[in-house]
Amino acid sequence: MSKSIFINLLRFFVLVFIQVFLLKNMTLYNLSTPFLYILFILLLPFEIPNVLLFVLAFITGLTIDAFYDTPGLHASACVILALVRILFISVTVQKDGFDNEPEPTLSNKGFRWFSTYVITLTLVHHFFLFLIESFSLSGLPYIIGRFLLSSLFTVFLILITGLIFFRRKERK
Amino acid sequence: MRNLWIFISKYNAFFLFLIFEVTSLIIYVKNNSFQRAEFINSARGVTGGLYARIDEFYGYLSLKEVNDSLARENAHLRNTLKSSFYADTVTKHKVDDTVYKQQYDYIVARVINNSVNHNNNYLTINKGSKQGIAKGMGVICNKGIVGKVVFVSDHFSLVQSLLHKDSQFSAMLADNKEIGHVEWSDDMDPHKGILKDVSNNARPKVGEWVVTSGYSLFPEGVPIGKISSLRTKGGGYSLNMEITLSVDFSKLEYVNVVDNKFSKEQEALEAQQKKDE
Repeated sequence: MSKSIFINLLRFFVLVFIQVFLLKNMTLYNLSTPFLYILFILLLPFEIPNVLLFVLAFITGLTIDAFYDTPGLHASACVILALVRILFISVTVQKDGFDNEPEPTLSNKGFRWFSTYVITLTLVHHFFLFLIESFSLSGLPYIIGRFLLSSLFTVFLILITGLIFFRRKERK
Repeated sequence: MRNLWIFISKYNAFFLFLIFEVTSLIIYVKNNSFQRAEFINSARGVTGGLYARIDEFYGYLSLKEVNDSLARENAHLRNTLKSSFYADTVTKHKVDDTVYKQQYDYIVARVINNSVNHNNNYLTINKGSKQGIAKGMGVICNKGIVGKVVFVSDHFSLVQSLLHKDSQFSAMLADNKEIGHVEWSDDMDPHKGILKDVSNNARPKVGEWVVTSGYSLFPEGVPIGKISSLRTKGGGYSLNMEITLSVDFSKLEYVNVVDNKFSKEQEALEAQQKKDE
């Protein structure tokens, strides 16, 4: 338990640090901006209570907002992300399988499940992030372009990160 | 009552979602509509301090460019020194023994946080109210105008850059002094701006300089950019044109905050006039 808290805390600080000091300055063609920090919310343990999940998502969003000068924007997108995460996991994962697979990582769940999980959640998060940021439907083609290209970039980075920390384990 | 409780706990995810989503949207809308990022922003103690620390590392990477730009700026300043003074004489009488009074003070600050790829962009600079910066002051750099100060803490200030949906500065064509105002372009290109509401009598040329007018927060004649295309959109009674901004916002390092010594006096005078009406 305490090990899991420590790992998640470490992950939080590392991801926020990378997001704010590295990825914030990284933009492709002024369209594609990665938001790797959502990996923290994606990788929280399966058995986390809903309250805690929402609180953590909210705090993560606010932390990013503090550095991006957009109070509330990332927080609201992260809260939507948390809701979709709960729905997605309740639909695709059986409740009794949590004991030996505490976290939804690439090594635990396999490439197929993990990539679907990451792509769905990233698309939802980015869609609402860009929609709330512009707060209007004017310039919709531009928003959609930004949303699709940024999602591609984020998914790419998340899968790379997953492969870096991939730990092979014996299939039963 | 018990059924209600069971209902809520069964769908707790949804209700928690509502609570947090509404909270964050309230925070977002509040801070957005009043343009004062007071609650959470990068001029605050922890985030501001962290940015300053990281910025020290970045500073080393660009020492050469900074040196070049400083040398250029020094030469430029030597040439234009008198333009920052206000001539305290009546225009009809030419008096040789002219007395100058300082009108514009420049406070040099370093940009420690910057963005160009959002809908609304802000910069954080490392000088604040302790160094004499106040809300509403203009910010320029050696190539042109940057934005205006919207929030000040003790040691940092937040600058709303020209690349912001609500930014609007009074400008004029350098050659024939036709007045208009400059905004950021609609397609969010950080190198483009739009000059709007120029009178139909003006005959602008592609490549002509657009500079600040004397009506703005800035001294007259600070460059903004060059006209790049004369396409008129939604014109009618006035001309709109596209300009290429002279400042590369993604490479800002040092900026000057303009302290107009007479702005208080001018505002008071204009307020008086409104009251009399």
